[in-house]
Amino acid sequence: MNCSDRVSREQSGNGGSRQRVDWNDRLFRALTGLACWIIVLMVLLIVGKIAYHGKDRLSWDFLTMAPEEGMTAGGIFPAIYGTALLVILMTIAVVPLGVMVAIYLNEYSSHTSAIYKVTRLAVTNLAGVPSIVFGLFGLGFFVQGIGGSIDRVFYGGQLVFGQPAIIWAALTLAVLTLPVVILTTEDTLRAIPNELREASMALGATKFQTIMRTVLPQASAGILTGTILAVSRGAGEVAPILFTGAAYFLPELPHKLHSQFMELGYHIYVLSTQSPDVEATEPILYSTVFVLLALTFFLNLVAIIIRSRMRTKLRRAA
Amino acid sequence: MNIENPSVSQTINSVGSGLLKAGLTGTRLKDLVFAKVILFAAVAAISIIFLIFIYVGKEALPLFYDPEAKKEASLGNLFLRQSYGTPDMPLPYIWQPVSEVPKYSVAPLFLGTLKVTLIALLFAAPFSIAAAIYTAEFASPKTREFIKPLIELLAGIPSVVLGFLALIVLASWLQSVFNFDYRLNAVTAGLAMGLAIIPIVYTVSDDALTAVPRSYREASLALGVTPWRTAWSMVLPAATPGIFAALLLGFGRAMGETMIVLMSSGNAATTNFNFTESVRTISATIAAELGEVVFHSPHYHVLFFLGVILFVFTFLLNMVGEYTVARLKERLMGR
Repeated sequence: MNCSDRVSREQSGNGGSRQRVDWNDRLFRALTGLACWIIVLMVLLIVGKIAYHGKDRLSWDFLTMAPEEGMTAGGIFPAIYGTALLVILMTIAVVPLGVMVAIYLNEYSSHTSAIYKVTRLAVTNLAGVPSIVFGLFGLGFFVQGIGGSIDRVFYGGQLVFGQPAIIWAALTLAVLTLPVVILTTEDTLRAIPNELREASMALGATKFQTIMRTVLPQASAGILTGTILAVSRGAGEVAPILFTGAAYFLPELPHKLHSQFMELGYHIYVLSTQSPDVEATEPILYSTVFVLLALTFFLNLVAIIIRSRMRTKLRRAA
Repeated sequence: MNIENPSVSQTINSVGSGLLKAGLTGTRLKDLVFAKVILFAAVAAISIIFLIFIYVGKEALPLFYDPEAKKEASLGNLFLRQSYGTPDMPLPYIWQPVSEVPKYSVAPLFLGTLKVTLIALLFAAPFSIAAAIYTAEFASPKTREFIKPLIELLAGIPSVVLGFLALIVLASWLQSVFNFDYRLNAVTAGLAMGLAIIPIVYTVSDDALTAVPRSYREASLALGVTPWRTAWSMVLPAATPGIFAALLLGFGRAMGETMIVLMSSGNAATTNFNFTESVRTISATIAAELGEVVFHSPHYHVLFFLGVILFVFTFLLNMVGEYTVARLKERLMGR
């Protein structure tokens, strides 16, 4: 703290010309500072290690070709494609629902009402549920429950939707990332000054018009941030898709909602634990990790930049 | 006595509903529909969390009533001492679901989870709390602006990446330094898991420390207390519940973390207190075995039961953690 620095300097100044060094103070600062910088060092070490080993194999071919020779050669294009398709489907499901819940929490419900409290409690606790439990839920609810019912009703019991598929994996991830979208959007909505809403209502606009034309445009940057954070989270999760649709190797790209798919994180998991030839796959693995990490970091960075811009804008407005 | 004149209120009502009917064709209708849709979305969000519990629980339920499942995996089989093995070498707690006599003792899984989680917390807690004290009390705003995003970046690293690094890099490195008998063990997995929970322990602790009002610090400094003494005996005690909550949330996160332990713990269900042996955690067991299990077999139901246990534990830890933080902020900020 700046203020504490100043005070301590003044203190020692008052003590006379003799500069007394407070060794306890030095030690305490040094120790806590050291812990802090060690964490930073570990982060840099991880990123550096992956970047250093990952760059060897990285090429245009690696990004655009399919794996060959039992995953010991070729590229990872199907995994990149699968990941992209997965998060796009997830986004389509999670953003409208998440934004609507946030609108309900901030614009419609009274903050003392029971339903507000229960919803908030449910949302914050949803954020802490382990990702493997989402995998179990996805298998029990989406694959067997909804998928199985669709098969019984529309396909005469034939196995079409009642098995792991990209749509079920995407919906499972949508449930997992729902709290991210809700909480980020709600934060943004709360930061919008009430005067804007009152001005709109005073001009005779209905609540619906106020929300659609005044509140949501103001909140668009925040909603975008929430979406990006959800995508970044969803792209990195493996446990929820283990049983809901991811596959080790597929000869063709997923082209139907009930196709299985390859995915970057799942690819890393299978390749590093079940590869018959570790020596040959290690460079490929490092490069795959590099691609996944670059993707999530890029998304996080964009989210951080949008958020800081939004803050300066709000500060200026206030 | 009824003050309200019934006929007047009736008139108001009828005029009101008439107005509503007239307006319903246009914007009013949209307004009404929108409100309903929004309410429906909120209800859906609440139902999802109940659905998770219901659907995971539903698949675990046969353990309690289905005689077929109970014969193989009763609650006694799961939790109590069993008479497997020979009298000379009794094996009271064994997890061996795929064998002639399936054995479903959850004790090794609980112990494994506890061992990894303990290492993770012992590693993560000192670093993250000290770092939080540094950034909240001593660091210049510029340093703070630099360090906070970097630690948030650590939170952005997918757990499968940390698992990969633990498996390929950390395990070899630790083995060459400490000469472990088993390359993949509780220490390896625990340290990697520690990395995964540093961000949450740091962030919640930092939040708690910065929530302590400035006036506390100023009062202490004005009395001539040195800055580190102020941090140690003034700010830290005031923020203690928050740091306790940070540890609870970290513990919950570590318990549920799957990919890191699945890849780097060795996955052997052992029952001893040796931290340098391979372990199998609850989460990794679900992840490793659900893919190959026969649907609706006792084994399948046991795996969902493990999911329920994980869900309930993490849910409770989270609730207590969040509640503690909320109470602390209320008290410190007088809100």
